[in-house]
Amino acid sequence: MYNFEYRKAGSVDEAAGIVGSDEDAKLLAGGMTYIPTLKQRLASPTTVVDLNGVGGLDGISADGNGVTIGAMVRHAAVAASADVAAAIPALADLASHIGDPQVRNRGTLGGSIANNDPAADYPAALVGLGATVQTNKRAIAADDFFTGLFETALDQDEVVTSVSFPRAGKAAYMKFPNPASRYAIAGVFVAQAADGVRVAVTGAGPCVFRVGEMEAALAANWSADAVAGIGIPADGLNEDIHASAEYRAHLVTVMAKRAVAKAG
Amino acid sequence: MTEQGIGAAVARREDRRFVTGQGHYTDDINRRGQTHACFVRSPHAHATLNGVDTAAARAMPGVRGIFIGEDMAEVGPLICGWAITDVNGEPHRAPPHPALAIGKVNFVGDAVAVVIADTLEQAKDAAAAVDVDYGILGAVVDPATAAPDGQIQIHETAPGNLSYEWAIGDQAAIDAAFEGAAHVTSLEFTNNRLVPNAMEPRACIAEYEDGTGDYTLYLTSQNPHVHRLVMSAFHGLAPEHKLRVVAPDVGGGFGSKIFIYAEEVVLTWASRHIGRPIKWTAERTESFLTDCHGRDHVTKAELALDGDGKFLAMRVNTIANMGAYLSTFASAVPTYLYATLLAGQYTTGGIYCNVKAVFTNTVPVDAYRGAGRPEAAYVVERLVEAAAAETGRDPAELRKTNFVPTDAFPYETPVIMQYDCGDFAGSMDQALDLAGYSGFQARKAESKAGGKLRGVGFSSYIEACGVAPSAAAGSLGAGVGLWESANIRFNPTGNVQLFTGCHSHGQGHETAYAQIVADKLGVPYEQVDVIHGDSAKVPFGMGTYGSRSAAVGGSAIVKAADKVIEKGRKIAAHALEASEDDIEFAGGNFTVTGTDKAMNIAEVAFTAYVPHNYPEGLEPGLDETAFYDPLNFSFPAGTHICEVEVDPETGSVSIERYAAVDDFGVLINPLIVEGQVHGGIGQGVGQAMLEQAVYDNDGQLISGSYMDYTMPRADDVPNYDVGFNGVPSPLNPLGVKGCGEAGAIAAPAAVMNAVHDALSDVGVGHIEMPATPLRVWQAIQDAAA
Ligand SMILES: Cc1cc2nc3c(=O)[nH]c(=O)nc-3n(C[C@H](O)[C@H](O)[C@H](O)COP(=O)(O)OP(=O)(O)OC[C@H]3O[C@@H](n4cnc5c(N)ncnc54)[C@H](O)[C@@H]3O)c2cc1C
Repeated sequence: MYNFEYRKAGSVDEAAGIVGSDEDAKLLAGGMTYIPTLKQRLASPTTVVDLNGVGGLDGISADGNGVTIGAMVRHAAVAASADVAAAIPALADLASHIGDPQVRNRGTLGGSIANNDPAADYPAALVGLGATVQTNKRAIAADDFFTGLFETALDQDEVVTSVSFPRAGKAAYMKFPNPASRYAIAGVFVAQAADGVRVAVTGAGPCVFRVGEMEAALAANWSADAVAGIGIPADGLNEDIHASAEYRAHLVTVMAKRAVAKAG
Repeated sequence: MTEQGIGAAVARREDRRFVTGQGHYTDDINRRGQTHACFVRSPHAHATLNGVDTAAARAMPGVRGIFIGEDMAEVGPLICGWAITDVNGEPHRAPPHPALAIGKVNFVGDAVAVVIADTLEQAKDAAAAVDVDYGILGAVVDPATAAPDGQIQIHETAPGNLSYEWAIGDQAAIDAAFEGAAHVTSLEFTNNRLVPNAMEPRACIAEYEDGTGDYTLYLTSQNPHVHRLVMSAFHGLAPEHKLRVVAPDVGGGFGSKIFIYAEEVVLTWASRHIGRPIKWTAERTESFLTDCHGRDHVTKAELALDGDGKFLAMRVNTIANMGAYLSTFASAVPTYLYATLLAGQYTTGGIYCNVKAVFTNTVPVDAYRGAGRPEAAYVVERLVEAAAAETGRDPAELRKTNFVPTDAFPYETPVIMQYDCGDFAGSMDQALDLAGYSGFQARKAESKAGGKLRGVGFSSYIEACGVAPSAAAGSLGAGVGLWESANIRFNPTGNVQLFTGCHSHGQGHETAYAQIVADKLGVPYEQVDVIHGDSAKVPFGMGTYGSRSAAVGGSAIVKAADKVIEKGRKIAAHALEASEDDIEFAGGNFTVTGTDKAMNIAEVAFTAYVPHNYPEGLEPGLDETAFYDPLNFSFPAGTHICEVEVDPETGSVSIERYAAVDDFGVLINPLIVEGQVHGGIGQGVGQAMLEQAVYDNDGQLISGSYMDYTMPRADDVPNYDVGFNGVPSPLNPLGVKGCGEAGAIAAPAAVMNAVHDALSDVGVGHIEMPATPLRVWQAIQDAAA
């Protein structure tokens, strides 16, 4: 780790102010991604702004429209939340399969989506449900939030405060985990979302994406068979020692099919 | 069997401190005035060192010293301690391996310089400021193509990147046997390269005391005395009596902590120059890059059968990847620990094996749990299973047809081993039962109904443990003897300290050895403490590897106990006013035959230290040391049966059942033995399905972190069904054979035979380890195309 100044923010505005005025300052949530980055000397921030003391970011609330989850809510809390389980069980299920118990006890919703790892699970839920990301400055639709590999629509002085997930009809998430990291090699979230059927894919490409052809097919006929024959092109998909692009493309179809079956 | 003696399932006493975080590891130790080392490592697999500029780094805060290879040329290169004689009668080529590179770097992670500073952060900062001018060369990565002419040369003294070509067996006779065979099974495969991944990374602290001239080295070592011997005799770092090596709690070794590495040599040497203790603890990335890796063979293997399925002959050609240099015991692994086990459990008529050991621009490869024997078991058991499939025989029956029969022991194999005893068919029958083999077809049908493929695989492995009879090892090129020592020291109040030259780094010696002492001397188990790992405390010993600690270390304990009893008999005879010949010893009591006169061993010990009424001419004290050199290897063997289910849609393989029946001879502690079996199988499953060190063409380790290197996790393995069929070894006083490596030796073939069996239903003929979902899916696609 290189030396840096550590600041424990008291409010969202204070945190936003610090990172807004210094492009080498960085927010810290659960530290699951950022601490290893620091330890390996892959980053040398001037200031690290800890969000853990900021009040109001760790709540889960549900109403007739859906659930709103604070940016600092841990994956384990989402997985265990009765409100989430009642409103959108697929979301609780997704959270319960992130990483391992240690990661779920530290890792946060805000940190996960701000980082936008191409293999992270939450982006599939946000896009698959048509969620809205709330920041200190504005509301951003999930479709507009994830912009590319480790890229989001967030500005330098922007802090995620919460995410609102609208209730859905049938919904489910299936991921084929990377055997080593257990992030998604291909993860597919299918939902009869508030604004229509959505199929969101994570892990397979550089950034979460939707599969229009599958959405149309499922809108017409909500069944595993409806997507079983729909393949996606391997072009542009990720390749590594664990999966070729062709394999990922194949897994997207298999996971979509299984997700629909799981959703019932 | 007493309650806590030999054979009792005593819970491991060391676990209390381990599971409550009170273990005491090298990195937990801090010495006054301690400084920290950071190594500057090559980011290139192969490059000339055109210059190392340390001026800027030297000027940085806290820096105490920076050294490069030329600075410590007096120390001499790291050695390989086992000399192989090649097919031409020449010694193997072991090019110089300087602790800090001189002139050239040969793998990513090769140490170029060491920076020593007051804090670790300062050492890292200064290390980043060391300016190395590398002349990048092409890298040799693939062992299969490392040797042919025209390749890039790594070492001047190893033309063709060849360390040696070695062979065993009569090639012409074997070729002739193949000519007359009714069937020949032929396979080509790799034995995948593994990263040892001990939970505790390597670490050391070197300290020099100017006042006395003493060095102390705290080190993650499986064999502290071997470290001391080599560092003294070969590197001249300090005479043996001035070098103390302490290996405190060590969090796993699996072989990787046997070897003498650059870091401990550099730190010991530098501690005198700096005049301060120096600490280094590997970061996980350094562990991946610099711990010796395991396996890495490319093999073509053939088995010739007659019309009745009898094995006539075996022919094996292997290329073994040594990495960039020959590590401490590397040369022995693909030769004497490999080819000598190719007979397996069978009466195969003749065997020829040729091994080419090649250099590549990768980290050195050396012994890793099983060391050569997993590779041999994989060759034999894949061949046998494939032969069964090809000739339409039941794999269990084909094995039984060829097993060495129980009445044939001692049995001379065609590859210089003499098996002492065994019951191969008995273990097979027990395993078939435990595995529920008769129900397999029904389970397969069930899987099929659910769209899954099911397969069953066998592995009837044998291994050579109890390493090793010194004279035999010496005649094969070993530079050391492989006996073991034990010192049983009674205290006046009757409790006992056992000092052993073996080292426990996960094996549970502190429990099992105390059981042996308690059993042999009738001392309560709680009153026996086991001390190991400190060259200043324990007698010279060879350490722990090669499943030797029970068969060799345990036998030394028995010999020392016998000496204690002999001396005790004299003391008791005197005190009880009887003739020595009339004294019997049992259950901790010396009794006069035919009387009720008795003296407990604790009283005898007291008398030995307070010798007021004592035999004339007998030395006081009850403190006996014994050295034990084994008569032969021991030969644990057994049958493991694995059942897998494959999801053909994703390529995922899950292990549904795993039955293991092993012959380890006498079990000292069945609880510990089962644990060793479980852990070994877990590692074998890791090799078969998950783990692989992948280098790219430039020699960069792609799977260099846990994000890409797949360690087995609890949910990757099933609940094992473990059974035992122990045939006591007649060759050591405990009748034990060794159990530490069996699982890792047996499991890869059992798992892969099951995977092949399952995939044969969809026309897949061959798949390599690890059978990852990608590989399995791809193989299914290719077979369908
Ligand atoms: C071993 C391991 C396994 C994992 N497995 C999975 C998996 O299977 N699936 C999966 O989806 N994820 C996985 N993760 C990731 C994990 O779920 C975390 O969500 C992720 O690492 C982010 O961590 P964090 O929340 O602690 O954020 P941090 O590491 O603290 O921060 C991450 C980034 O987000 C920024 N940030 C944090 N909070 C905010 C905010 N409120 N507003 C704006 N920016 C912010 C930080 O500045 C930083 O750049 C794994 C992680 C580990 C270490």
